[in-house]
Amino acid sequence: MIWQALTLQLGYNATLVALGATLLGIAAGVTGSFLFLRKRALVSDAVSHATLPGIGLAFIVMVALGGDGRFLPGLLLGAALSSGVGLLLIAWMMRHTRLSEDAAIGAVLSVFFGAGIVLLTVIQSMNAGRQAGLDTVLLGSTAGMLQSDALVIAAGGAVVLLLVLLLRRPMLAVGFDPDYAAVSGTNVGRIDLAMMGLVMAVTVLGITTVGLILIVALLIIPPVAARLWTDHALRMVALAGVIGGLSAYVGAAVSATAPALPTGPIIVLSSFVLFALSLTLAPARGGLALIRRQMRFRRRVHRRQGLLALAVGQTIHEPFTLALLRREGLARADGVPTDAGRAAAAKALLDEARWAALRADPAQGLTASRYDALTRIETVLTQDQIAELDRQLPKPKGVS
Amino acid sequence: MVAIKDLDPVKSAPLNGGMQALPPALSVAGLTVAYGEKPAVFSVDMTLAQGTMTAIVGPNGAGKSTLLKAVLGLVKPLSGEVRLFGLPLSRARDRIAYVPQRASVDWDFPARVIDVVLMGLHRELGLLRRIRPEHIDRAHACLARVGMQDFATRQIGQLSGGQQQRVFLARALVQQADLYLLDEPFAGVDAATEKAIIAVLKELQAEGRSIVAVHHDLSTVRAYFDHLFLINTRAIAAGPVADVFTAQNLQRAYGGRLGEAQLAGGAVTG
Repeated sequence: MIWQALTLQLGYNATLVALGATLLGIAAGVTGSFLFLRKRALVSDAVSHATLPGIGLAFIVMVALGGDGRFLPGLLLGAALSSGVGLLLIAWMMRHTRLSEDAAIGAVLSVFFGAGIVLLTVIQSMNAGRQAGLDTVLLGSTAGMLQSDALVIAAGGAVVLLLVLLLRRPMLAVGFDPDYAAVSGTNVGRIDLAMMGLVMAVTVLGITTVGLILIVALLIIPPVAARLWTDHALRMVALAGVIGGLSAYVGAAVSATAPALPTGPIIVLSSFVLFALSLTLAPARGGLALIRRQMRFRRRVHRRQGLLALAVGQTIHEPFTLALLRREGLARADGVPTDAGRAAAAKALLDEARWAALRADPAQGLTASRYDALTRIETVLTQDQIAELDRQLPKPKGVS
Repeated sequence: MVAIKDLDPVKSAPLNGGMQALPPALSVAGLTVAYGEKPAVFSVDMTLAQGTMTAIVGPNGAGKSTLLKAVLGLVKPLSGEVRLFGLPLSRARDRIAYVPQRASVDWDFPARVIDVVLMGLHRELGLLRRIRPEHIDRAHACLARVGMQDFATRQIGQLSGGQQQRVFLARALVQQADLYLLDEPFAGVDAATEKAIIAVLKELQAEGRSIVAVHHDLSTVRAYFDHLFLINTRAIAAGPVADVFTAQNLQRAYGGRLGEAQLAGGAVTG
């Protein structure tokens, strides 16, 4: 059953829902990346919680007008309006009070969510509210989602993606260095507003699928996971889109097989699995890679220190250094260097002498500043430059 | 020309009225900036002629960086007017380049050195134009100018402070501006970087461009700059270094902080 769901064999409707969710996940990961790079990830939490009173009010208004309270575009409009008010309140509080952003976010988030819950309770007591099932907006559900709803979500996700693509340069520039961006003519306030608008759009679109409590996870977890894999901003954005899309797809497909399961938590758990994998395995910044890099650095330091000690005939006391040199066949168990060890030691000493000569030359300041006791001089100078340097060296000991 | 040079440029320019008088690279009139209810810069007038290299110098908290930020529109002044090449900032952005304090950004941002330099082209590229090989070449040339050509693909988080500062300078160079505004470009950088940066700035000046830098090291003012603007909330003195860099002026700028003032006085007489 799950396999069939994952391979889109559960019929037209389920397929459409899964594809809509995927597009939403991509849009969320991509948009959330820029928010993350701007260091304002938490704002998305306020945006999503602030949608609830709008949803409740929209439902009540639509029922009062004699319509269907669950008409999705109407609910989304209400959600957008109330989260817009929430955003404006946060901005106003930061400008006119001494509250910091996190405090303003906390205040808006809790008050709006509280008001929304009260409205939901009121709706439950209404006649039309009995079978409304409006509580699916909290945790999301794709069960019973209409084709038209899936199309609205897919189209909205596509529009968000296009806008992000258009605004990627100014959003990155503002994320890295807002002052510089402002001086080069970027309207930082307007870019921030556009970014918040996109986040709001993703949130509103995601309410039915992921639910407003957890949509924040789909905005934040994919960029955080993607950041572990790459040091390149746009690659990170693309990867976050993939992770978000994959999580949403898996979540939607799984909940198609088990309609009782809320979709949002499954999507979030899927993205968490991808995050956990990234945290341990990612070669750029993952945990294992970090440990491996630290160990390699430690070996380089000990190897260098050991060789320099051998070169001047000192005894090596550090057991780790000795074991390292032995393993590489550079020294015997009693610390006496092998032939290979003697050659390597002489080379290390010569490198140090070359570096010293380089650092003594005022004209070579910038190159010499790259000295860190480990960098091989061949990576900084050409063979010709090294030969030139060697002519200035005093006759080194131990090298013929 | 000599006569004009000797006069205060802001006064001489309107009097002169002729075509040959270039508008000053930067002119500031009656500028006041306050944080909360404390003025950081009060009623400052400043005029920098084109082709000059000016240090803005003053004690800590004297409003040096604030003055620069107000000129760049980054903080809103309470009063006063700023003109760049005779134009308001909004029409002069193509002609200026800003080098912010290195510590003002998060260097763990996912970007390579070349990406940061290419950000200097964002204004030129707008939203839609693609980055072409000639843009990359330009970025590489600017990196070479600051001695960072070997670091183009390096993650910016791996750079030393001096290297970060040189990347910031390269990002400004790629803009090919007429006025460079730098905020503490020598703060916390190694001596080799300091020499490399000053060499580039002098090249820029030789090309006819103008430079203004917030500077805190009195011992290098004479060697690095030809004009000096002394500030301590109010403008203390302004003009060619030879005229302004005197023990008396420094005493007025730094007040009772004799240690620094004496050091500077030594630099003047020596």
